[in-house]
Amino acid sequence: MGWLASLQKLDRRWIFALMGALVMIPLLFPIGLKLTVSRPVQMFVDAIDRIPDGSTVLMSCDYDPASRPELVPMTQTALRQLWDKGCKVVVTVLWPGGSGIVDQTLRGVAAEPPYRGKKYGSDWVNLGYKAGNESVMVLMGQGITGAFPADYTGHSTSDYQALPIMKNVRDYSSFPLLVNISAGYPGTKEWVQQVNSRFHLPMVSGCTAVSTPEYYPYLQSGQLRGLLGGMAGAAEYELARHEHRGPATRGMDAQSLAHVFVAFCIVLGNLAQRQRGGGGGA
Amino acid sequence: MKREIPLFLTAVIGIFMILSFFVPHQVVSVPADFLQQSAVILVAFGYVLGGANALKVNFDAVYKREPGWIYKLVLIGSLIATVAIGLAEGRNWQDETTRSMWIYNNLYAPMNATMFALLAFFIASAAFRAFRIRTLEAGLLATAALIVMLGRVPVGDYATRWLPWKWAQLSSLQQWIMDNPQNSAKRAILMGAAMGVMATGLRVILGIERSYLSGED
Repeated sequence: MGWLASLQKLDRRWIFALMGALVMIPLLFPIGLKLTVSRPVQMFVDAIDRIPDGSTVLMSCDYDPASRPELVPMTQTALRQLWDKGCKVVVTVLWPGGSGIVDQTLRGVAAEPPYRGKKYGSDWVNLGYKAGNESVMVLMGQGITGAFPADYTGHSTSDYQALPIMKNVRDYSSFPLLVNISAGYPGTKEWVQQVNSRFHLPMVSGCTAVSTPEYYPYLQSGQLRGLLGGMAGAAEYELARHEHRGPATRGMDAQSLAHVFVAFCIVLGNLAQRQRGGGGGA
Repeated sequence: MKREIPLFLTAVIGIFMILSFFVPHQVVSVPADFLQQSAVILVAFGYVLGGANALKVNFDAVYKREPGWIYKLVLIGSLIATVAIGLAEGRNWQDETTRSMWIYNNLYAPMNATMFALLAFFIASAAFRAFRIRTLEAGLLATAALIVMLGRVPVGDYATRWLPWKWAQLSSLQQWIMDNPQNSAKRAILMGAAMGVMATGLRVILGIERSYLSGED
């Protein structure tokens, strides 16, 4: 078993190369591993299904391009589910680098054949980015137009000719549900603390895999009505919505192999260490 | 007076904002709204201050030819160019065909995504070199990590689907870990942190904690 001990001296570029290959190959040649829908994801789907058809929903997309593979697919699927119910969607962004990618994502879904009839200003509006984190959340509770005087394109949110959707939007009481897609701070935790607990607005969350464990207590307490965790959550959401071979589902093959490789690295690294007789490592 | 006035303002505004949480009357809510709006404006000014600070720190480093000064020069050039292009394009800088959006789509977004993607490589390397199981606690942590990591992806289902007991399959085990031990620990941390925040807030309002004034306790 001398080879195990010699692994201790393995150049880490081999590990990088293997990881690169394990991610690239399934993206180029999909395996099509079967998924099952977990309880938090089904709760997310059900929470949106339960809101009245045609209502106006608040969607806060708090992320930037770093989280694109995890959060853009769940934004797209959530928007499709809401539009399939005839809901109108008011979108906000609390991350400075996020307004561009969020606008492109919304316009991308609006350009898909089933949703080409959806009109900007009537069926959806992007209020864009506002600095201030929790202060903005609280300010929106006093009035959405006060917190966002203009939308992403520069139209006044009080101009009901350009943005008829805003006619029925006053504060949080105008929405039956908040759909939050969050990459960290400010995000789901702050929405729960500042808005859900204070203004009693029901909410669901889609978040990055690293922040998922942090939000489980809110799911169990009922403050979150559903939770999508990372790309796995996004892929399960696509499955629950019968969106076959969506971007998150395609990414799951790569993520599966990457997880197996990291697990293999932990086991192999420890075996090599034992073979060598302790020492090293953190 | 140099210290008393800020302490007095902090105490009054702190108590007032706590009051606004419980009292929806106009006497409280209108000034509270004004303070919230002021906070938003202050945060916006914070970006200007942050930009100016980044320029100052990096200009100094370039001037003194500190190690890595060439990268700081790139940072200064990028910062000035991005702001200048945005200002030149005016109100419509967010239109799809503007140079600002070209910078966003072709420079900012890919670089931002690259930084996050690099984690996969470093996590694999760290897993191999640094994750050593030397104690019972480390063993439990590693076992939980392996179950959750594999149970969260379809491979875990494939590997344990043959087991006759549903609870022993990796996906069920990882869900149990997330729902119970993980959730309990996370809730305890959240409650501890919340109490810490409340205690710190009270110390600031009561003037016991004064480090925000001039760095002294």
